[in-house]
Amino acid sequence: MNADAPSGDEMIVADFRPGEIVLEIPARTEYVSLVRVVVAAAAEIEPDMASERIEDLRVAVSEATTNAIEAHDLHGVSDRIRIQCNLADDEIAVVVHDQGMGFEPDEVPELPEPDSPERLLHEGGLGVHLMQMLADESEISATDHGTDVRLVVYSSKRRRRDSDG
Amino acid sequence: MLTVAGELDVVGGPDLRQAVMAEVREGRHRLVLDLTGVDFIDSFGLGVVIGALKRARLLDGDLRVVVPEPRLRRVFEVCDLDRVFDLHPTVDEATGSAAASTVRDS
Repeated sequence: MNADAPSGDEMIVADFRPGEIVLEIPARTEYVSLVRVVVAAAAEIEPDMASERIEDLRVAVSEATTNAIEAHDLHGVSDRIRIQCNLADDEIAVVVHDQGMGFEPDEVPELPEPDSPERLLHEGGLGVHLMQMLADESEISATDHGTDVRLVVYSSKRRRRDSDG
Repeated sequence: MLTVAGELDVVGGPDLRQAVMAEVREGRHRLVLDLTGVDFIDSFGLGVVIGALKRARLLDGDLRVVVPEPRLRRVFEVCDLDRVFDLHPTVDEATGSAAASTVRDS
């Protein structure tokens, strides 16, 4: 679809890029599953997105959204959490934006080796690891106003192209 | 045996944690966790499963986890937890190896 093409709903979509979906949720854990459903359904619009990758995105987005809700809860922020989902030809990018103070990815401790007894004590801290492992790109940027987590998953076409070149 | 269904995330996870604590309180610490009916797990759910293993082991018990779905298993593998847990594709296999290990222990 051409972004400049005239359309009847121009007023509504004017601020958005083509292929962009924006979801705002109350900062409550009950809404995490809704975000997963919407993002997975959006990803299915991309015909060349493998179902395994949609699963990866579902888990990564769940981590980011849960963290965002916890950040709002921790800092007593009542604002809503914004999830932007950009569908491009060869990738899907999701940005989870919260307004609960900055999150320092460098402060997440390295995971101990799985064979070490300490590993069993790590009930937390796996979320960032999962985002990094499951998304093709993951970026956490913290400002004084909050945190943006950007997660990108490539289509099969792009992965093939990247591995060829 | 604990049979779990639904989504093991920040909403569903705490219910499982309660159920595990109830089992352990009643003296059952050789646990089989059947995740056949679970269609989603994230780090919160993994944390609850790790907690269950810790509680069981504190009492000299253990935990076997039934994970037939490859996409669910993948989440364990990405965190290297397939090296920490006994993951089994079926309940039969999990309970079969429980029996086998009882024989070995005696």
